[in-house]
Amino acid sequence: MRMNSRTLSAAVFAAALFVAASGCKKKVAAAPPPPPPPVEAPPPPPPKAQPPRIDTFVAEPASVERGQSSTLRWSVANATSMTIDQGVGAVQANGTRQVNPGNSTTYTLSASGAGGMDTRSVTVTVNAPPPPPPPRPAAPKVTISSAEVLSREAQDIYFDYDMSDLRADAVRSATANAELLKRIFAQDPGFTVMIEGNCDERGSAEYNLGLGDRRATSLKDFYVQQGLPADKIKTISYGKEKPVCTDANEACYQKNRHDHMAPGQ
Amino acid sequence: MKRIHIATLAILAVLLAGAVLLPGQRTEITGTISSGEKAVLAVTDMHGSGAAEQYMDTFNKALWDELDSSGQIKLAPKTSYPLQVPQQEGDFKPPVMFSQWSGPPVSANYLAFGYTAVQDNQILLFGNFFNVGQSTVQSAKVFANRYYGALSGDGARSVARQFAADILKQLGIATLSGTKIYFVSDRTGGSFVKEIWSMDYDGSNQRQLTRYGSSSSEPTVSADGKLFAFMTFAGGNPQIRIHSTDTSRRQTFLNPVSSVVETPEFTPDGKNILFAAAVDGWTQLMMAGVDGSGMRRLSNVRAIEVSPRVNPKTGNDLLFISGRSGHQQLWRMNLDGTDREMLTTGVGDVANPAWSPDGHHIAFSWTRGYEPGNLNIFVMDIADKVPVQLTSNSGRNENPWWAPDGVHLVFSSMRGRATQIYSMLADGTSVRQLTTQGNNIQPVWAKGIE
Repeated sequence: MRMNSRTLSAAVFAAALFVAASGCKKKVAAAPPPPPPPVEAPPPPPPKAQPPRIDTFVAEPASVERGQSSTLRWSVANATSMTIDQGVGAVQANGTRQVNPGNSTTYTLSASGAGGMDTRSVTVTVNAPPPPPPPRPAAPKVTISSAEVLSREAQDIYFDYDMSDLRADAVRSATANAELLKRIFAQDPGFTVMIEGNCDERGSAEYNLGLGDRRATSLKDFYVQQGLPADKIKTISYGKEKPVCTDANEACYQKNRHDHMAPGQ
Repeated sequence: MKRIHIATLAILAVLLAGAVLLPGQRTEITGTISSGEKAVLAVTDMHGSGAAEQYMDTFNKALWDELDSSGQIKLAPKTSYPLQVPQQEGDFKPPVMFSQWSGPPVSANYLAFGYTAVQDNQILLFGNFFNVGQSTVQSAKVFANRYYGALSGDGARSVARQFAADILKQLGIATLSGTKIYFVSDRTGGSFVKEIWSMDYDGSNQRQLTRYGSSSSEPTVSADGKLFAFMTFAGGNPQIRIHSTDTSRRQTFLNPVSSVVETPEFTPDGKNILFAAAVDGWTQLMMAGVDGSGMRRLSNVRAIEVSPRVNPKTGNDLLFISGRSGHQQLWRMNLDGTDREMLTTGVGDVANPAWSPDGHHIAFSWTRGYEPGNLNIFVMDIADKVPVQLTSNSGRNENPWWAPDGVHLVFSSMRGRATQIYSMLADGTSVRQLTTQGNNIQPVWAKGIE
């Protein structure tokens, strides 16, 4: 049921009369209060300007992934000046502006005019992007150690039976090795190299330790002639104690008559 | 002290008496067995009573082998013996018939006989040794001893060895019982892993002495038998290390830093170590105190020189291997560098020199007469320098070393796939294989520790 305001006032008045009448029944009736003094009629209000009013200020969408943009949209009435903070600046009464916040940002629109001021804020929530996939286990290294370079690129130097001077093929290999060592020493000044002299199984163990040392020394002397620093090149003889193979034929003997290069200690 | 003196005198008395009384005895134990009259022994096949009998085949074989391998006596063949052999002294009834042993066909100087029985669950040998050149039991009896051992094949072998040792001692022949052979074995496995081991003279009681898990080799033993030295890569750089033989406790030795440090050798007085180390690309002979202090060069030549071996008798001169003439040859010089001489002919490659205990003979390996690298064992009398080849057509033979008795050699030989250690007489006979597991090389025969 719907009542208009006049009906309601009549009902309230009636109820008030009823309460007053029933109360008077129990008490001695008091003298009625004096009527209020007549009030002066209020002066008519001066003509007044309408206050500014922000009707709309929204971000669409209000929530973005990092890197995505959002659009601010607004509508303002009765204002003469409108600005949005966070670097957006002065704007028109109605408009849109694309924003690219790096993190969650609250934008405040201030509208001012002859009738006052109105502000409203809107927040653009920036969500962190999902984490990247884990790095691949066999991710290639950016740098390779000097020891690895040596192991990959240095050539073994081969010798004739019971000899320790460098053959023509050995000189070619040793020359390439010398260039390699120059590169490694230049990039890695602390690096040292160990030349390991080896022999085939023929001859005594004792003599072959001496012969392996001749072979290692022969190669070291060549490197020093090529301008490499002697103090970064060490030698050791394994004689016939570290064979590459153990067959009793020349093919295997030749493999074992060699200098090998390893990182120094 | 007094007790030692009395014991020494007693031993001297026995030896002197033996020198006068015992025919065929060799009063001088020299490096070879080629000269001198050998005593002839008859050794009966003995029997055992009860449970002892089952081990008597083992016993009889062990006794015969033990005496035979001494190399310094002649054993009369058993087929020539009389049908009735004595078992105890009482079996010789007057008139005593020693002539059936001393006369042909046996023609023995001595008779070994006896029997075994079981006592307290042990095997008990009654061992008798008679000089059958005598006419009465009393004068013929050299000794009659009792020997105890476990009631087993090993026990039977043990009493046979004890009996043989007493017989050899009576004849003035050095026994190898108690001596030790040090050697290198790869049997523990792993690449670049070789350890030092020891064993008894007959291959028994093999024991691992080092546990470096690296390549350790070239052992040698001090004259008193208390220390052994070797070279090893256990520390990265090559080094000499010295251990005690009893507990394998490491001793202090200051090593030079060099690309080669090898072939250690004690001087006979035990005060110094000789070895080889590389200087400017040439492996040279060095000498230092037994702790490595005061190192000095013994050679200064543009040639590889290794394997210094000091004369055990004089302590003043040494054998070594040098390439100063071209090929690796056997050389000798005084410790002060004087009287340098090449002992081999300049052909082939020579390695592994070893002195006989009396300093008169040398054993070494040589490629002479064979394709490069195929080594064989030779011996040489240092007086006439005539090399005598002991091995041939039996693989690669090297690392000879004299036994303390001066008549045996131990050496390594590759006869087939693996290299093993063998012993033989210094004339190349009586070859016995001593090792079977893995590869075994570089044997060194040392007297035991008293």
